[in-house]
Amino acid sequence: MSVYAVELRDVVKTFHTPEGGTINAVDHVDMQIRHGEFFSMLGSSGCGKTTSLRMIAGFEWPTSGEVFIDGEPQGHKPPFQRKVNTVFQSYALFQHMTVFQNVAFGLEMDKVPPEEIKRRVGEALAMVKLTGLEKRYPRQLSGGQQQRVALARALVKRPKVLLLDEPLGALDLKLRKEMQLELKTLQREVGITFVFVTHDQEEALSMSDRIAVMSYGKVMQVGTPVEIYERPRNKFVADFIGETNLLDGTVRSVDGNSLTVFVPALNAEVRALHQGAFHAGQEVSLSIRPEKIRLVEKPTECANCFPAQVKQVAYIGADTRVIAQVVQAQLRVWEQNMVSTLDPDAYFQQNEQAWALLPPENLLALPVE
Amino acid sequence: MNPHRRSPFVVVMTVLVFLFLYVPIFVLVLYSFNASRTNVTFEGFITAFGPLQMQGSLVVQSPCGPFHWFCDLTRNQEVMTAARNTLTIAFVSTLISTLIGTMAAIALQRHEFKIKPFAQLSLYIPIVIPEIVMGIGILTLFSQVFTWVNTTFNLPPDLRLTLGMGTVIVSHIAFSVPFVTLVVQARLQGFDPSYEEAAMDLGANELVTFWRVTLPMLLPGVLSGALLAFTLSLDDFVITFFTTGPGATTLPIYVYGLLRRIITPQVNALSTVWILIVLAAVFLIQRLENRERA
Ligand SMILES: Nc1ncnc2c1ncn2[C@@H]1O[C@H](COP(=O)(O)OP(=O)(O)OP(=O)(O)O)[C@@H](O)[C@H]1O
Ligand SMILES: [Mg+2]
Repeated sequence: MSVYAVELRDVVKTFHTPEGGTINAVDHVDMQIRHGEFFSMLGSSGCGKTTSLRMIAGFEWPTSGEVFIDGEPQGHKPPFQRKVNTVFQSYALFQHMTVFQNVAFGLEMDKVPPEEIKRRVGEALAMVKLTGLEKRYPRQLSGGQQQRVALARALVKRPKVLLLDEPLGALDLKLRKEMQLELKTLQREVGITFVFVTHDQEEALSMSDRIAVMSYGKVMQVGTPVEIYERPRNKFVADFIGETNLLDGTVRSVDGNSLTVFVPALNAEVRALHQGAFHAGQEVSLSIRPEKIRLVEKPTECANCFPAQVKQVAYIGADTRVIAQVVQAQLRVWEQNMVSTLDPDAYFQQNEQAWALLPPENLLALPVE
Repeated sequence: MNPHRRSPFVVVMTVLVFLFLYVPIFVLVLYSFNASRTNVTFEGFITAFGPLQMQGSLVVQSPCGPFHWFCDLTRNQEVMTAARNTLTIAFVSTLISTLIGTMAAIALQRHEFKIKPFAQLSLYIPIVIPEIVMGIGILTLFSQVFTWVNTTFNLPPDLRLTLGMGTVIVSHIAFSVPFVTLVVQARLQGFDPSYEEAAMDLGANELVTFWRVTLPMLLPGVLSGALLAFTLSLDDFVITFFTTGPGATTLPIYVYGLLRRIITPQVNALSTVWILIVLAAVFLIQRLENRERA
C-alpha cells in the first residue's frame, strides 16, 4: 500500500474559453490525500474544485502533471478503469432503472455473480437506510432519498476512494445537517477515503479531517480544520475562513516565535505570533478573529491594550457584535453573552468608552502578498 | 366580466376548422361503404349478407355485407402487391434512416467540428425545399449515375441498374433522415452528460454505456423519430413518383393510377384502411411523448 490514497503532482488543467482565451482551471496543484481520510476541497465558485475531482475520476485528463491513485500514475486511463467512484451533485441516477438496478449496475459491470449482487445491494441499501424501496424509480423518491441511492450506488463497489461533488448542495438546510452527520458516520464505518467538494465552510470544518482551501485554481493551504482556522498561512485563508480583522504594520524585531510590529493605525507597537520567516523592516498583516479580541471597561493587565469607542452594537443572542474604533482602526469584536440578564448595563452601548485587548497569542502575523 | 368568457368568434372558427379538416375524411370513409359501384352519390349501405347480387350498378347483397369493398380489396392482386411494396419500403427506410438520424444527432451534440453549422443547416434543406424539386434532383442523380455505371462497365441487360424498390428506398431514407435527426436532437437537448459519466464511473465502457444508459434514455425520441419517418414514407407520393420503376408501385402511386380510370368505392376502402394505419402511428407517437412528460 502506498502512502497516499490520492496524490496530485504539479497538476495543471487548461481550458479554452469560448471567448478564445485560455484559463488554468487548476494551476500547478500538489495535493496528498491519505488513506481513510475525510478530505475536503473548499473554495468559492469557479476555483477549480470540480475540475480537480473530475481529473481524479478520469472524466478529464490533466494538461500537465500527474494524478496518482494508491500510488499508481493514472495517465489517460478512462474512468471505468479507476478504483474510485463518484457521487454526482445532480446524483445522475439512471431514470429508466429501479433503485435496485441502479445500485446493482456497478456490480454487474464487474461481473459479480447475481446472488452476491443481491446480497451486496441489500447491504448497501441498508447502510443508507433505504431498505424496502428497491422497486421504486428515481422519480418516485424525495431528494434526500435520491442522494442516498447515489451514495449506495457508489459505495457498493467498495472503491478505494469516494469522490463527492457538493453532494448535499441540493438539499434543504435541515436535511443537509442530518446528512452531514450521517455521511461522517458512514465514512468512519466503511473506512473509505472521502474526497469531498464543497463551498460551504461550516460543512468543511465540521466534517473533514483535513481541508484544502483553493482559490483561482491554486491550493492556498492544506490543514486540519483547527489549523486552517487558527493558523491560516496567508491573508486569503484568514479572510476566507470565518471572519477576521486585518491590520497592516512593519516588523520592528523578531524574538523566537513572537514579533514586535509597529501598526500605524494603532500608532503603537504590538506583539504578535508568527509561523514564518520574518525579518525586521518587513511589511506584515496582522490577523485577529473578532471573538478573540476582548473589550473591557477597565483592563487589569495591559499587553496590546488600547482605548476604544463602541461605534455600533448588534445583539444576536449567543454574542453581541460590536464595531469598535480602536485608535484609528475599526475592529469587529464579538463578545460572548456569558450571563443571562436583562440589565442593559451588562451589554455594550453605542459611544461607550472601553478598552480593547488584543492578546499577543491571538494576533497572527501573515506575509503581505 | 368573466375573463374566461369564450368569444363567439373563437367558437365559430374552431368549429369551422374542425369541419374543414374532418368532413372530407368522414365523407371518404362513408363512401367506402357505398352500395353504388360508380360512387357518384351515396346510395346507402349494403345490408344483406350472402352471395354477390347486383342490380345495375348497385350492390344489393355481398358475402361481406357492408364491408363488401374491403373484401373486394383483398382480392385485388395489384392492391396487395402495392401494399406489400409500400410497407417494405416504409420498414426498410425507417430502419435505416432512424439509425443514421440517431447517429447524426448524437454526433452533432457531442462533437465540435468545422462544418458543424453547415451540417446543422443542411438538415433543414430537404425539409424546406419543394418535394418536387427534391424528386427531380434525386431522379437526375440516379439516372446520371446509372447510365454511367451501365455503360462504363458494359453491364448485360439483366444486371443493369434501373429504377425500382432500391431507388425508392434510398430516396425515402434521404428525406426521412433530417426529420429523425431533428426529433432525436430535441430529446438530446439538455441531456445531462453526467448520466454517461456515472455509467463509466461505475465500470461501463463506452459501448456498454451507450447500450445500457444513453440509448434507453433517448429511446422515446428515437421511437417518435422512427414513427415519423414511417408515416412520411407510407404516404409519400411526389418523390416516389420520380424514383419508382417497374415492380415498385406503392399505394399512393397505384391510387393515383386508379383515379385516372374509374373510381370505385374500393379506392375509398383502401384509403380508410390507410387512414387507420397512419392514425395508429400518430396515436403511438402521442403516447410516447406523453409518457416522456409524465
Ligand atoms: N469544459 C470547460 N471549458 C471551459 N472552461 C471550463 C470548463 N470546465 C470548467 N471551466 C472553467 O474552469 C474554472 C473552474 O471550474 P470548476 O467547475 O472546477 O469550478 P468549481 O470550483 O467546481 O466551482 P463551483 O463551486 O461553482 O462548482 C471555471 O472558471 C470554469 O469556468
Ligand atoms: Mg463545481
